[in-house]
Formats: sequence, C-alpha cells, structure tokens
Amino acid sequence: MAGDALAYQTFLSELTRHLRGFLRRRIPQLSDDVEDLVQEILLAVHNGRHTYRPDEPLTAWVHAIARYKLMDFFRARARRESLHDPIDDYIDIFAVCDDEPAAARRDIGKLLEQLPDKQRLPIQHVKLEGLSVAETAQLTGLSESAVKVGVHRGLKALAAKLRAIA
Amino acid sequence: METDLLVSLLASGVTPVDRHVVARRFGWALLAAALGATLLVVLFYGVRPDIGTVSATPIFWAKVALPVALAAGALAVTIRLARPGARVGLAWAGIAVPVAAVWLAGLIVVLMAPASARVALVMGATWRSCPFNIAFLSIPGFVAAFAAVRGLAPTHLRLAGAATGLLAGATATIAYCLHCPEMSVAFWALWYVLGMLLPTVVGALAGPKWLRW
Repeated sequence: MAGDALAYQTFLSELTRHLRGFLRRRIPQLSDDVEDLVQEILLAVHNGRHTYRPDEPLTAWVHAIARYKLMDFFRARARRESLHDPIDDYIDIFAVCDDEPAAARRDIGKLLEQLPDKQRLPIQHVKLEGLSVAETAQLTGLSESAVKVGVHRGLKALAAKLRAIA
Repeated sequence: METDLLVSLLASGVTPVDRHVVARRFGWALLAAALGATLLVVLFYGVRPDIGTVSATPIFWAKVALPVALAAGALAVTIRLARPGARVGLAWAGIAVPVAAVWLAGLIVVLMAPASARVALVMGATWRSCPFNIAFLSIPGFVAAFAAVRGLAPTHLRLAGAATGLLAGATATIAYCLHCPEMSVAFWALWYVLGMLLPTVVGALAGPKWLRW
C-alpha cells in the first residue's frame, strides 16, 4: 500500500489464493464463475485501495469488498436467470472442486485492447512492460501526469467492463 | 488473461496511496453543497431582511445548530459507510441525538404553550413550502456528495445513499436558515426534519443504482 511493488504482489497473490478458497466454499455449484469473480475482486481491491486505513483490520476491509462483489454477482445472476431458462445453469452442480486455478471465462487481455489509446498504452508500458512513468511519457508523447491518470482510469474502466459482462 | 498475470499487472509500478483522498473528496463536496445551497437561497428565496438583528439572538443560533449537528453526524456516518468494512457504531448517535434533542425541545415548547397557540407554533406560516424548499436547496449538495461517495467504495448501497442524502439535506438546511422566518422550535422539529428526510429518502432509493461499483 505504501508503493512497495514486491510486497504488494505478495499480498495480491496470497489474496488470490484466499479468495479462491472463499468463493469455492460459497458457490461450489458455480465453479466456472469463481475465477472471474477472483479477478473482479482483485481489481476492486486495487481500485479501492485508497479507502483502506492502516489503523483498521485488513481482513475486515478485504472481506467487505469480497462479500459486496459476491452479492453483486448474485444479484446480476438473479436478474439474468429471470430472463432465461435456468435448467442448464444447474448442470455443473456435480463439477469437481480442485485447487488449480480454473481458466477465467472473460479475458481481461481482450478487454484491455478495447480501451482507448490514452488508457491502454500507459497500462501496457507501465504495467505489462515495466517501463517507468517518465519513459512511457516519452514513448507515447503524453505528459507524465497523463500517463498516471491513464493507468488509473484504465483500470477503473477495465473493472467496469468486467462488471458489464458479468 | 490468467489471474497470475493480472496480479503482476496490478502490482507493477504501483505508487504510494494518497492517504488524504477521502478527506479531500468530502471537503470539496461540502464546499459545493454549502456554496450551491447559499447561492440558490440568494437567487430564489432572498435572505431575510432582519438577518442583522436576528443573528444576534441565541434562538437563531439554536436553529442553525440543528442542521450543523446533523450535517456533522451525517458526514461521520457517510464517511464510514463509504469505506468497506468500517463500522458505523457510535457515529449513528451523531444523527440520533440532534433529532431526539429537537423533538424533546419542540414537545416541551408545545406543552408549555397555551392550547390556542399550539397550532401556530407547530405549523408556523410556511409549513407548506418549507420541506420542499429544503429539498430543492439540497440538489447541488446531493450531486456533489454522491459523486464523492461514488469515488470511494460503499458496500451497503441503500444505507450509504440515505446517509449521503441526509448530508446534502442538512447542509442545505444550514443555508435555508438565512431565509426561513420561522423561529419556533416545534416548527423545526417537524418541518426541518421532514425537509431533510426528503433527500434522505431519495438517496436511499438512488443508492443501489448510482453507487454501484
């Protein structure tokens, strides 16, 4: 949270495992959706990290976000099911549960390509290729603050796109 | 994209989090709410002509104290509801105590007055328009406060919407004190509280739709 990338990556990886377990216990009959939800919660945690206060328990904060996203998922699903024949949604009730990450059905990489250039390029250079903000600014011709804003807005837009598909 | 890749995408090039972003957001929202409501009072209702003399009396400040206390209470509750996992707890008292106090004071005033004067104490001369005026004045604050809360991460959308609406309503009522000629505690206890309730209800209805993230 203080900007230490390595510590943050460790935190997110552990959170991923934790979330996978949390969701598999709660929606075992919907194992196909677990990985999508894990990704959505990770993005929500990242985009909402400014709402965490270090003097409060981290687990309460993370759980509140995970519960909120799970409830949101149930609501969206209930809406969808009221429109569709629900029978085939319950076929996967016997799906085996394992600890390997299932493939996510929504491809964030493809969603990333749909973002406008001034959001996509900063994310690609800073986040995927590991360039610094200054290098990215030089490469794209954007100002340094535009690069930072682009990353920030791009990740928010990505979260919104994920939610729209859900 | 695999989840592992998403994790490294999120983690690479992270910058330290701005710790004051919550305070700054609400600061701007409150400023917009206060300025917007004051501007609307001046434009549409006009400041009461005797504001100079009346603002020297304690009863005027008692009247201002009600929405100020409620705005502070609503702000405390809204800020907590806007962050995941934060408990509201004792902050609810910041809303309950001012309302209980004004109801108690209003009741005492009515009971102590002669029976013939009671209706006038409660209804005043402007009861018809007062709640709607307050609701109208709360519009700029409503928009600003909802924008502030939207940028955070509320997890109980209906409650967060209601608290945000109350914050806008209470701020608008402070500004309405510049215009409102009513000086009876019993009047405030009923109509001011009703006026603030209107944006609160609208907030509770709009929360699940507008605050979703």
